[in-house]
Amino acid sequence: MHKSIIWINLLIWYREAIFEKRYLNNYLNGENNMKKLLSIFAVAAFAFSANAGTLDDVKNRGFLKCGVTTGLAGFAAPDDSGEWAGLDADMCRAVAVAVFGDRSKVEFITTTGKSRFPTLASGEVDMLARNTTWTISRDVNLGFEFVGVNFYDGQGFMVPSALGVSSATELDGATVCIQTGTTTELNLADFFRLNGISYEALPIETNDEGKENLFAGRCDVYTTDASGLSSTRAAASNPDKWKVLPEIISKEPLGPLVRHGDHQWGDVVRWSLNAMIIAEELGVTSENVDAQMSSNVPEVLRLLGVEGNYGEMLELSNDWAYQIIKQIGNYSESYEANVGPDTPLEIARGLNALWTQGGILYAPPFR
Amino acid sequence: MRSNLGFFSDEKFRSIFFQTLVVGLFALGLFFVISTTSYNLEKRNIATGWSFLQNPAGFDISFSPFLEFKSTDTHLKVYFVGVLNTLLVSVTGCIAATILGFILGIVRLSSNWLLSRLVYIYVEFSRNVPLLLQIILWYSILIQLPRVKQSLQFLDVFYISNRGLYSPRPIFESGFSYVSIAIVLALISSFLINRWSKKRQDKTGQQFPVFSSSIGLIFIVPLILFFILGSPMSFEHPEMKGFNFKGGLVIRPEFIAMFLALSIYTAAFISEIVRAGIMSVSKGQREASAAIGLKQTWIMRLIIIPQALRVIVPPLTSQYLNLTKNSSLGIAVGYADLVHGFGGISLNQTGQAIECMAIVMATYLSISLTISFFMNIYNRSIQFKEK
Repeated sequence: MHKSIIWINLLIWYREAIFEKRYLNNYLNGENNMKKLLSIFAVAAFAFSANAGTLDDVKNRGFLKCGVTTGLAGFAAPDDSGEWAGLDADMCRAVAVAVFGDRSKVEFITTTGKSRFPTLASGEVDMLARNTTWTISRDVNLGFEFVGVNFYDGQGFMVPSALGVSSATELDGATVCIQTGTTTELNLADFFRLNGISYEALPIETNDEGKENLFAGRCDVYTTDASGLSSTRAAASNPDKWKVLPEIISKEPLGPLVRHGDHQWGDVVRWSLNAMIIAEELGVTSENVDAQMSSNVPEVLRLLGVEGNYGEMLELSNDWAYQIIKQIGNYSESYEANVGPDTPLEIARGLNALWTQGGILYAPPFR
Repeated sequence: MRSNLGFFSDEKFRSIFFQTLVVGLFALGLFFVISTTSYNLEKRNIATGWSFLQNPAGFDISFSPFLEFKSTDTHLKVYFVGVLNTLLVSVTGCIAATILGFILGIVRLSSNWLLSRLVYIYVEFSRNVPLLLQIILWYSILIQLPRVKQSLQFLDVFYISNRGLYSPRPIFESGFSYVSIAIVLALISSFLINRWSKKRQDKTGQQFPVFSSSIGLIFIVPLILFFILGSPMSFEHPEMKGFNFKGGLVIRPEFIAMFLALSIYTAAFISEIVRAGIMSVSKGQREASAAIGLKQTWIMRLIIIPQALRVIVPPLTSQYLNLTKNSSLGIAVGYADLVHGFGGISLNQTGQAIECMAIVMATYLSISLTISFFMNIYNRSIQFKEK
């Protein structure tokens, strides 16, 4: 009896020892013939534990693994040349630039609405930038950390223009295509319940399936974030045949997220996003960033790493933010190139304008 | 030296030793997996437990033919809806696959070259194309049916569109219970007549028209009663209102796609099993029964099939199990079965992956064991009884 307890304790101690990062690093940093073997062992152990130390993990691996959608034009979708492009794709690239100074050091891993959280939790990706709504249960109960908002969105409805519907409250009895495992699924049920009207849900897995079912007339309405609807509409053969209804039935702050408990890594992602927003505030663009190096605005100099050692604090090189702006651009540049009024999505800045310009985009000061 | 090896050369000791060792290692492995999992869950602040089952689901399931489901119902109810939908497609699929499989298996052995070649092509095609592709193929075909506003209409009461097949729904009025009682009584009495006539035939050799008298009892008597009681049944017709048909019975394309794909795929395997079963009955049996002057259909029914069943039933059981488990592919077309509803949406909305998956696995296990149990009973009942 007593002996068995000792055995179990030994086993628990052994397991904790494997997962203790410091313990591993002692091995890895020491000059050891077994180093190579042990690093293989370490990778295996990390695959199980997904513990603190993502930044070191990413650096050792040599590239960032970023979870994105299976393809949503404007946010993350392969462009004509097969390169991933979009607002979320830029978010991934910005983090890769911050860590490596190279926008190509990122592997895009596609996730569905359902697979995204297990993929992140298991350590298969280092971060998600996947139109994911920040909610309390995801932040707290699922064990993730939302590091900011890169797009303020809201749930809307899209119908064929020929249906002759002008408001979502007229949709009594309609068949609604809805992506499962999303907050929109819950908002939809709430909206119809609140208005006392009925509907039939047609659950679908990906945006493409939703598109297909809507275009075939299997459902009357497609509901998802308004940005997603614009993206779907832009992809239709004749966008004028489709209409986005005026109702926005929810708040959908979309942003990048990382695993809970790794604050260092969370900080890197958070400030990669903030650097892009601050750059827009300060008027630093990819084109004038070199000239701005000799600016007389103190915050610009801090941002670009001319003054202060903010890069070192994050365990990055001091010109990390300079590289982001140089290689990706500021928030405005990314927005205008991917989803803005000049793109097929035609989404006005609206809520996503800077706080100084009537929107709610706001980043903490860079100091 | 000899005394050291003494224990090991004892066969009984050796077998106990190794069995204990294996069980011990297995238990240790299990402990390691469970403790590591709970350790990691705790570390990532993921709550565990079963209390989420009582929380409101918050989403709607529109395909729930047996239970009324609202978004305020609990995740537990999502589970029951899922189980019923899984059973619905599995049971109907098994029945259709069996009927189709038996017919095809017999046709495959037919001397008609064209028929047997056609079945051969069918079998090779449907069992060599992945089931998932077949499900998606059927769904893509059904989705291309006319839109709901341009529904095809049959006999003024059936409507077909890519939203499904709409038909009138019978509504039973107060007097109908007498009719149902009459049907049950007719079923029981035709069963008794069948037994009595078998006994009489064994004793005296005289035959009784069991089939026609049973048909008369089961269909004609309740029908007469139905009209005497003044037709206590009416129909609710589907009507186009707003976006969709309201009222009536509806069979959704998701269900039809699953049903067709599962039964056609499994029927191919069953037809091969049936063919093997029939071919296992020796040629002499057929020749002997022909020699005593039995009709061709009687030879099949009385001589060949009973003997073939002994070969057919065990592999048939595993086809039923396969079909049931394959129904979990419903997720590909949004059929709200157990895996899609509870193991998918509930899991994702609550984040309780381990609990949900454990429940889903336990459920499939129970369904499979139940099927095996009843099929084993049936298998025993058709075994050759030595006298």
